[in-house]
Formats: sequence, C-alpha cells, structure tokens
Amino acid sequence: MTANLTAPPATAERRPAAHRGTRRPRGHIPAGHRTVVSPHQLNSPWGRRVYWLVLTLVVASFTAAFVFPLYWMVTGAMKSTEELVAIPPTFLPSRFSLEAFAEAWELMDLKLLMGNTALYAGGAWLFTLTVDVTAAYALSKLRPVLGKLVLGMMLATLMIPPMVIMLPAYLTVKDLPIFGWDLLNTPWAIWLPAAANGFNIFLLKRFFDSIPRELLEAAEIDGASPGRILWSVVIPVSRPILGVVSILTVVNVWRDFVWPLLVLQDPEKMSVSIGIASLSSQMPQNVLIAALVIAGIPTIIVFFIFQRHIMAGLTAGSLKG
Amino acid sequence: MTTLTLRRASRRRAVRRNLTAYGFLCGALICFAFFSWYPMVWEIVLSFQHTNFVDPPVWVGLDNFLTVFQDSAFGPAWKNTVMFTLLALIIGYGVPFVIALVLNELRHCRAYLRFVVYLPVMLPPAVGVLLFQWFYEPETGLFNTVLDALHLPTLSWLNSTDTALVSLVIVSTWMNLGSGTLIYLAALQTIPSELYEAAELDGAGILKRVWHVTIPQTKLILLVMLLLQIIATMQVFIEPFLLTGGGPENSTVTVVYLMYQYAFNFGNINGGNALGVMLMIVLLVFSTVYLRVSREDRT
Repeated sequence: MTANLTAPPATAERRPAAHRGTRRPRGHIPAGHRTVVSPHQLNSPWGRRVYWLVLTLVVASFTAAFVFPLYWMVTGAMKSTEELVAIPPTFLPSRFSLEAFAEAWELMDLKLLMGNTALYAGGAWLFTLTVDVTAAYALSKLRPVLGKLVLGMMLATLMIPPMVIMLPAYLTVKDLPIFGWDLLNTPWAIWLPAAANGFNIFLLKRFFDSIPRELLEAAEIDGASPGRILWSVVIPVSRPILGVVSILTVVNVWRDFVWPLLVLQDPEKMSVSIGIASLSSQMPQNVLIAALVIAGIPTIIVFFIFQRHIMAGLTAGSLKG
Repeated sequence: MTTLTLRRASRRRAVRRNLTAYGFLCGALICFAFFSWYPMVWEIVLSFQHTNFVDPPVWVGLDNFLTVFQDSAFGPAWKNTVMFTLLALIIGYGVPFVIALVLNELRHCRAYLRFVVYLPVMLPPAVGVLLFQWFYEPETGLFNTVLDALHLPTLSWLNSTDTALVSLVIVSTWMNLGSGTLIYLAALQTIPSELYEAAELDGAGILKRVWHVTIPQTKLILLVMLLLQIIATMQVFIEPFLLTGGGPENSTVTVVYLMYQYAFNFGNINGGNALGVMLMIVLLVFSTVYLRVSREDRT
C-alpha cells in the first residue's frame, strides 16, 4: 500500500451519488466499491434487513461511545456544582449557563494559556516548515556529499521514541551545549526540538523526489538560483504535502503533554494542557470541565476544516520508516 | 586548454552546489544535533555516571542500573507496562480492524462515522484523560451512574488495585482507537474487487472471504500496526501521571512514569537514565522488526 497524499480514499463514497437520480426500489443499497459482501447479497431482502440493522447499531454505538462523552462534557460545563452531583444526573442542564466558562477563563487564566499555546504552535509551524523544507530540498534535489548519511541519521531518530530520551533532551534545553543558554520556559524549548522531526523530512523528501527533474532544469537554465527554484517552483507544486506537514506540526504541538511538562514549568509560560492539568485539583468540577471544553475546541475546529489533510497524514504515518 | 577550464568550471559549480546544499541543511543539522543525536548519546553516557551538575561527573559502571533494579517499584513498573501493552492490544488492536471491516461495508453515514471515531484522537490527551477522571468518580461519575441505572454493581475504577490499570487502558484505547480504524479503512479500500469476486465464485462465504482475501491482503499493515502500537503503548505516561500517580500500591506505576519520578521527584536523574536505556533497548528490538516489515511493505 502506498500513501496517496493528493487524493485521500474518498472515491468510494463518491460513486453512490450516481444512483441518486435513477429510480430504485425502496431501501435499495447502492453498490459502491466492491467489498466483502457482494452487491447481490446486500440487496437480497435478508441482506437489506441485516444491512439497515447493522447500520443503525453502528451509528448508535459510535454516537454513544464517541459523541456522548463529549456531549456530557459540554453539558456538564453548563451545570451548577450541585446539579453535577445530583443522582440521577440530569440529561439536559436545568438552565444553559455559560458562567462556568467565564469562570474558567478567569480563574485558570485561559487567555494566557491559550495565547502561549498558540505562540508555541505558530512558531513551531513557521520554524519547522522553514528548517525541514529547506533540508528536504537540499537532500532531494541538491544531493550534497554525505547527503545519504545525513538523511539516514535523520530517519534513524524515528527508531528512538521521544519518551526515552526526554531526560537528556531536557538537560540539553536547560543548558545548551557550547552556547550555555538556558532555554527552559522560553518558546525556543518548543520550537527548536519540533523542527528536529525525521518524519517531516521523510514526507517532504519523498514528495520532492517525485517532482520531475525537467521542471527544475528549466528554471536552472533560466538562471534561477537554488533558493529561487525552491521558492517559486518547488514550494508551489508541493502544497498538498506542505499542508499535511503544517497540520501535523501544529496539532502535535497543541496536543503535546510530556515535553511542555518538562520544559515549561513556570505557570506564566505553560501550555494549555499543562496549565489545566496543574490546576485541575483546585478547581470546582464544573469550572474544570469548562476549561477542558475550551482547550479541546481549537483542535476540533482544526479537524473540521482540515479533515482531508489530517487523514492523508495519518495514512502516510502508518508507513514511516 | 578549453577542456581544462571547463572541468575547472564544473568543479567550481559542484563546490558551490555543495555549499548551498549545506547552507540549506544547516538549520536542520543544528536542530537534530542538539535535540536528537546528542541526547541519544548522552542518555547512555548519563546512565553510567553520577552527576549533580556541579562537580565533574563520576563514572560508576552499572551502579545506576543496580539502584533502579533494587527499587521496589521496578518490578511493578515493568509488569504494569507489559500488562498495559497487552491489555491495550487485546482491546485496542483487533477492535479497530473489525470496526474498519464493518465501516467498509456500510454505504451510508460514512463521513459521519469516520469523523466521529477520530474525534477523541484530536482532543489533547490531557483533556481526554481529565474528562475520564470525572467519568470515573466513584459516587457521581458517569460510569457508575450508568452501571447503577442498569442495576449492575458499581466499580471503584481508579481507586482499586484490581481495576486501576484496566481503567487506564480504557482511557488510552478510547483516545487512540480512531487512528488505527482509519488506517485499516484506507488499507481495505485498496483491495482489488476482483479478489472478492473470484472468492465468491469459488463459493467462499463472508467469513471465508475475510479470512482468505481481506486478511492476507492487509497482512503487512496489520503487522506494522501491531508493532507501532506496542512501541507507542510501552511509553505510557500521561494516564498514570494524571489519573493515579502510580497508585494504588504501585498498581499503575509504569516505566516512563518511574523514569520521570527518578528525575523530578527523587532527584536522581541518572537512575532515570538507566531506566531510559533499558526501555530504549526493548523498544529498539520492536523498531528494528518494524523497519524490516515496513521495508517489505514498500516493495
């Protein structure tokens, strides 16, 4: 299986649309992509019954397992502390109050925490793109001496899970060798390590490798410098992969827990996950839940908008190596 | 004469190309050197030293390894990590494949189902874990309320040595199920339909088609996912860190959590490094197998 970054597997869903116009018996199930169950079997009276039953069960259980907890979280944040501990619990909050959200925003200083996290994610995005795109371009198109070795060493870092080197990485940030800088509680502690991402290099280089040579040679003959070629030829044609890398980077920084826990211990500099976790035991239950909702919203919105990119990155992710 | 100048010009061009290339590479080289390559080496060095970052470090051989080995939490940490990984495999490995199989058969609500199953993956892990902390509350939590409503005995979830680890596995599985499901789903859609048609002509029923067509066709991705999941779950940290603090009675302490404690609670960063080296060796075995398998996958 090869990851198809330009066209996520959406073709299968597109096809049934063709059936919409034609007249079919009630409950007819469109064929779509051929799967384990044959279309014939599926449209037998029994098959149809089983199909609708399974569909209902799956939709119901998915909603219960994955949407209901989130529903419970959002409505929980609207309930008063007394209502939260009431037995039996209320399915709908007795009144829709946004007080807990306002309280969480104030008490936990979520404005600061979210701002910090946005700064870390945004900076990491800029930094990672600049560093990794130029590096992948050099390795893919300029092919310097020892380029293969450098690439190999970058990809080798994928073999060592980040958790097992977290202590020496923490010490490095605390007292940067040669320079002697203390980067703890500065954005650099997030930005610099984020760029050292072998998986990004792998994705970008593989994409750049697929750009036809003639395209670059034409620009070269016109006298364009390598930097110019990167900027006006390579980057414009690499939009899909740049999208994937951008979203992976931003989402990873936003969701990360362990690394910011180590390097951002100053309450003024914490990311939102760490800030909420560190205050969680001192907050009234409904305020804490409201804070969780607020912290969860940005990633969910990103997912709404960039679903395709995220899923393309995911299927490419299963093939890293 | 002309050939010489030509050759010199091409050499000069090669030098220039290399200089530009390394100019482009230098940012990444610096980042990798400081935050990946150097820590890897230093991890190993520190595990054989005693350092307090004031006096010069002392080489102590296997002393740190002995210290952590004699720790009463050492055995439980490894046992729990392995148990966590196994339990997460039992729930979290087969289930996404079955879900993907079913999803692949459905012709309706596909976008909704795919979206929904991936929602928890998008939540920041801290949010998911703290949400479940509330669900696990013994008196008023969602889970016990539901159990009570169904007239089933309630559980003490995180507070009992019997259920604490399983509770952590449930959180972790809920948060990670979606990625496996979507990866399998993508793999299922690449299976050529002729294979199913041929199997059908041979008279194979649905289960036989799954067994003889689907599973062989997705064998490599199944194997790759197995290894990836082992590598990921063996690094479990956030669940015990936020939910149980390793308790009750060390029943949820894990290797990475113990590593964290050594460095930040016990003030013995070298002990933490020794644990890190042990975990690194174990995970490297899986990574090596993974690399072999995924290389086979590409050809």
